[in-house]
Amino acid sequence: MTTVTTEPTRGVDVDDAPRSTGSPATRALGAVVLALVGLLVLLGLVTSPAERVQGEAVRLFYVHVPTSTVMFLAVGVAALGSIVVLWKGSVFWDLVAAASAEIAVVLTGLSLVTGMLWGRPTWGVYWVWDARLTSTALLFILLLGYQAVRALPADRTTRARRCAVAALITSLNVPIVHYSVDWWRSLHQPATISTLDPKIDDAMLVAFAVGMATYLLGYLWLLIHRFRVGWLEEQVADLGLGDALAERRAEGLADAGGAP
Amino acid sequence: MLADAALVAGKDLRLEARSRVLLNQVAPFSILVLVLFAFALDVEGDTLEVATPGLYWVTVLLSALLAVQRSSAVEAADSNHDALRLAGLDPAGIFLGKAAAVAVQLLVLEVLLLGGVALLYGTEVTGVALLVATAVLATTGVAAAGTLYGVLAAGLRVRETLLPLLLLPVVAPVLIAATSAFELALGGRSGEGWAWCGLLGVFALVYTAFGVLAFGALLEES
Amino acid sequence: MEPLVHLRGAVVLLGRFPALAGVDLDVEPGEIVLLRGANGAGKTTLLRACAGLVRVTDGDAVVLGHDLRADRRAVRRRIGMLGHATALYDELTVVDNVRFWARAAGATVAHADAALERVALPDRLRDVPVALLSTGQRRRVSLASVLARRPELWLLDEPHAGLDQDARDLVDELVRAAAAAGATVLLASHELDRAEAIATREVTIAGGIVRGDRRLAAVTAPPPAEVPDAG
Repeated sequence: MTTVTTEPTRGVDVDDAPRSTGSPATRALGAVVLALVGLLVLLGLVTSPAERVQGEAVRLFYVHVPTSTVMFLAVGVAALGSIVVLWKGSVFWDLVAAASAEIAVVLTGLSLVTGMLWGRPTWGVYWVWDARLTSTALLFILLLGYQAVRALPADRTTRARRCAVAALITSLNVPIVHYSVDWWRSLHQPATISTLDPKIDDAMLVAFAVGMATYLLGYLWLLIHRFRVGWLEEQVADLGLGDALAERRAEGLADAGGAP
Repeated sequence: MLADAALVAGKDLRLEARSRVLLNQVAPFSILVLVLFAFALDVEGDTLEVATPGLYWVTVLLSALLAVQRSSAVEAADSNHDALRLAGLDPAGIFLGKAAAVAVQLLVLEVLLLGGVALLYGTEVTGVALLVATAVLATTGVAAAGTLYGVLAAGLRVRETLLPLLLLPVVAPVLIAATSAFELALGGRSGEGWAWCGLLGVFALVYTAFGVLAFGALLEES
Repeated sequence: MEPLVHLRGAVVLLGRFPALAGVDLDVEPGEIVLLRGANGAGKTTLLRACAGLVRVTDGDAVVLGHDLRADRRAVRRRIGMLGHATALYDELTVVDNVRFWARAAGATVAHADAALERVALPDRLRDVPVALLSTGQRRRVSLASVLARRPELWLLDEPHAGLDQDARDLVDELVRAAAAAGATVLLASHELDRAEAIATREVTIAGGIVRGDRRLAAVTAPPPAEVPDAG
């Protein structure tokens, strides 16, 4: 076995390697997101009114609904990327899809948590088999399954294709799950318990809009960074190739020198 | 494509006829699950009766997992995957053939299970048309999704633990729809159940279509 | 004439490992090429690459006129490969197996049955599940499956391994017959004496590339046995 050296890989100037995945654009974006978060906290917790029926609990609405919406967007982006991967086989879109799916897991988890936090003061319990919560829980498990597939050891193309199929199966399932769970709950319970959408007045609308913007831009920021991490990982793998080829051929010389 | 599908389906069914894995292992397993449910729930009251549709379909899904695993394992053994790729068969045909074979085996199992619940849970079988339609559509969908995931996980040593995690959440809507349809059929209200069949039909169509398109790409990677 | 197999700088990666690190090889129609090399040198990968089973990521790879880098599926109908494993369905009978693989390749049941005759498997074994056969017998069944396809290019990975004398003789006979009928054969083997007796050319593989290439003394082959043409 050849010993592992600690010299930098040939052909690459280590000083040129990026030290982080940040760039002027993402730093600007990040600053905007932080500002929006601050604004959201202000509007959401301080300046907007409590709702008549739900009281203070309505404030979670500014966070829960954007989380849910962006979650669906993330899944949609993953699906889109997956279609391109299966159709044309693109490393770029595979990384975008994977990054988006990973963020979707986080968003789905958050959506569940905020949904449960919202439910506690409203229904008295943390969990009810309400259509939205149930669909979200199912989506969460589906996305965990996707992560399991992503984690399987495989070469780049194999992994890309498997994940693309897994992502598409998951996203094709989203509307089906939505409808089936909806009908299912409406069979067993009158719909009233699900209508937690509050009556919105202007101040609340502003807070909500800020919430949406925050989550949307936050997702974008996370997506870019996660994508770049993935991209760099792939580049590191590629750098090794030239050396691996040389090593492999050298094997042959040693072998062919003696008896075959 | 269809000729290849028929060839592969025939091969899989002949394999089952000779090895009788479904008959000797999966069928007893599914009856066992029905019995276990009876142990777990109150046999005196009407719990079992009320829960019958759900228990039935959970049993079917668990058995489907075994059937799909078996369908996938058959190809993984002895590098049959390579041979299958070399054989010159249309991958879409392979998919349809394998899914069809799984579906046929599951349908046979479902008839057996219906007898099982009639006997063990005292279910009165009504609304047969709806029951049959539901079973056929639900089974098609499950077989399609299962065969697709089966080839994705093929050749992986972790296939046995991965496949349930992947497949069961995807077929959860089938569970909901099929259970609801069965409830309505067995409760004498078949008319309302056909909407659920519509949903099952959509599921079956979507996953069969997707399988036809994507199976080839996955087979190449196994 | 266009070489049947044309590889130039072919690279094949298994995971991140370069199993083939730049293979240059041209094979003319009708040749019987012996691939020799240590274990891990890349012989099996080379055969699999020609079959279109693994992706060639760099260089040129054209087999039977098909560019493997563009589409590696199209070539498969015209080749027959015998790998390390026997690729048979354990619980199916010998006849079921051969017929299935033959029909999958577009051949008829008659071709399948004729191929089974050719490999001299005792009649009593025809309806026995393959799982109950010995290794040598299973290899014969695999051979029959390949024979039934009547491929233009034969890819044999250690075809003599685990076989008794008779079976080894059978393999040699089939190889000669195939070449005489116009097919091309690539075989990887450690049985150098036997293989060199039937091959027309010997290529040495080491470290994922071709290290040596020499013509072998033309062997006067026995008149080819009747290749049954079950029309």
